[in-house]
Amino acid sequence: MKDVVISDAGGLSFEQEAHEGWLSWVASVDHKQIGILYLWSSTIFFLLAGILALLMRIQLALPENHFLSPTLYNQIFTMHGTTMIFLVVVPALIGFANYLVPLMIGARDVTFPRLNALGFWAQAFGGVMLYFSFATAGLNLGGAPAVGWFAYAPLSEAAYSYGPGVDYWIIGLLGIGVGTLTAGINLVATIICLRTKGMSFGRLPLFVWMTLVTGFLIVLVIPVLNAGLVMLLCDRMLNASFFKPSSGGSALLWQHVFWTFGHPEVYIMVLPAFGMISEVVPVFSGKPIYGYEFVAASGVAIAFMSLAVWAHHMFAVGLGHPADLFFAISSMAIAVPTGVKIFNWTATLYHGRLRFTTSMLFALGFLVMFTIGGLSGIAFAAVPIDWQLTDSYFVVAHFHYVLFGGTAFGVFAGVYYWFPKITGRMLSERYGRLHFWLTFIGFNLTFMIQHVLGMYGMPRRVFTYPPLPGWETMNMISTIGAFVLAFSVLVFLVNVMVSLQSGEVAGDNPWNAWTLEWATSSPPPADNFPKGVPPVHGRRPLWDLAHPDRTDEMLMRLAE
Amino acid sequence: MPDKNKVGVGLFILSEAAFFGILVISYIYFYLLPSHGPDAASSLNPARTLVFSICLFLSSATIHMAGRSFRLERPSAVRIWLALTMLLGGVFIAGQAFEYQGMLERGISLSTNLFATSFFTLTGFHGLHVLVGLCALGTLLGVSISGRISKITSSGFEAVSMYWHFVDAVWVVIFSVVYLWPLVG
Repeated sequence: MKDVVISDAGGLSFEQEAHEGWLSWVASVDHKQIGILYLWSSTIFFLLAGILALLMRIQLALPENHFLSPTLYNQIFTMHGTTMIFLVVVPALIGFANYLVPLMIGARDVTFPRLNALGFWAQAFGGVMLYFSFATAGLNLGGAPAVGWFAYAPLSEAAYSYGPGVDYWIIGLLGIGVGTLTAGINLVATIICLRTKGMSFGRLPLFVWMTLVTGFLIVLVIPVLNAGLVMLLCDRMLNASFFKPSSGGSALLWQHVFWTFGHPEVYIMVLPAFGMISEVVPVFSGKPIYGYEFVAASGVAIAFMSLAVWAHHMFAVGLGHPADLFFAISSMAIAVPTGVKIFNWTATLYHGRLRFTTSMLFALGFLVMFTIGGLSGIAFAAVPIDWQLTDSYFVVAHFHYVLFGGTAFGVFAGVYYWFPKITGRMLSERYGRLHFWLTFIGFNLTFMIQHVLGMYGMPRRVFTYPPLPGWETMNMISTIGAFVLAFSVLVFLVNVMVSLQSGEVAGDNPWNAWTLEWATSSPPPADNFPKGVPPVHGRRPLWDLAHPDRTDEMLMRLAE
Repeated sequence: MPDKNKVGVGLFILSEAAFFGILVISYIYFYLLPSHGPDAASSLNPARTLVFSICLFLSSATIHMAGRSFRLERPSAVRIWLALTMLLGGVFIAGQAFEYQGMLERGISLSTNLFATSFFTLTGFHGLHVLVGLCALGTLLGVSISGRISKITSSGFEAVSMYWHFVDAVWVVIFSVVYLWPLVG
């Protein structure tokens, strides 16, 4: 059962022990298998976090409801946020990057396959550790952390959160952080070192570009979170006093450290989705992306700027006029490179021969939903508006438009687009359309109304509310929307299960796409390109192969 | 294409720099706040630590010589320079242990006050990195002593060397901020 395969393709040679059955997954160092493991673990945590969200919406459906206790409610919103960010969105994006980046650049694997496996298992066990905190409730130790996903001090200190919940949260996030960091290092090193002949930076698929930028952000800011976490752990375990105002420490320092990580993290969660949209929109518009250089460069600009906007999360602290002004302006300015991208995608659609596949529907949904989230974000950057709306449901609505309307729609576009490559079978378009429309309706029903709820003054993170005029109806609408959204996820899962068994066989390149991953079989064999990587003379190598009489190179020369 | 081991360790070093950056900033943040009890000026011995620091700085030169000998394919010189590097790193760690012991005996521990909290966290994490570096050096030394030096790739050697230089550079910053600043400020 243990035969050693020595492969030397794509400039990479290493030994791989081939196993069978379950062990072939647990012991795998193959980037495709690890990518799939990331996607499955992300799906499982997505279901868990979704159940937590439904519990919250049931509790909030009626005023003065007693479905959940206040303590449990606090634990649930903390776990929902932490799970969605660290165990759903980031692993889903890393999973896709793991699977696709080596294929897209014509490589055999990532640079450090063993490190890749270590990274996945570190984040998976970090997630298990985080959820283990629920079990401490059985020992009357308080259960899961109840401090919100940003765990503001001093609430997260031992004096106020005396159970081990926050300790599980810290250790879990450290494990997940190690995993994310190794993935970031691996992806950046892969893109720098393992590009096939001809694949210059100016020809990288935009998903690879956005992964590169994301990887650098991961390398720079995950350690910032880790530093904050070890300081908090020292406070809790060794009675240090970093963030304890009672012994001279600074609660504000935690906020600065956390958001120095936290805001770039938002872009870690959205840039790869930008990359997916930049692959999907051109293919289904029948046109190359409009302004490739601008899409890539604006991604780099966003990454740099994201490091200088963190304190817009802290306007309510009272940082003083100069600081508020600086962070308001920098936060508004980051809308410029983001807006550039929106124009790029819109211009790609313009005069295109559009194919409205499910993937394309999600991409178009992304464009609209993300723009709404972006606009409410710019509104927030104005300090007085922030002061008025901070910690209200307007915030909840805003970031769900960015992270669900943006990232999740982008990821679903990616799932429908690459599922045939990964599994060899197409997802059903009929279920897909149903999935899209249910998601679109359910999502907007849940979160659009929350903008209004926030403006009416409903604070976030309260376990219940009095029967004020309008609140009851709006909360009920939001809860109904949440159930529609949950149903859409079921439709998606059924689609995946049915299509895995009996979906239409995909073939190598079902969408007539142009990037290298479509040159190999679906699913790709263990060594990715057994027949060799196609030559790369431009940004669309498969287009050039199929149209030798009008390659991108010729068109470029004609244009000049 | 650039060498993957160097790129990988380069990225790792970038992330470590961000980690230490936050710990150093936190130290400075509390250093500049008015405080009670022991502080850097009253509880540290810059002269003695300078001696141990010089050992660490010298070890950057010896690892450089080890790398040179490795490229010139002189295994016995590689072994000597590696051993010397580990010895100098070990002396530095011993010096740090000495300092910690003195402070603990005077009742200064992580939970004493903000100076102690940020001092022990910052220097402790640096010491931990020196230990990790010693393990990596020990691996190289062990492999070369067992006569399988040909198994070590030059980029692997270079990667360990880069990491060791980095650990050294971090100490330049920490020594300046923690030990030298109170002398001039």
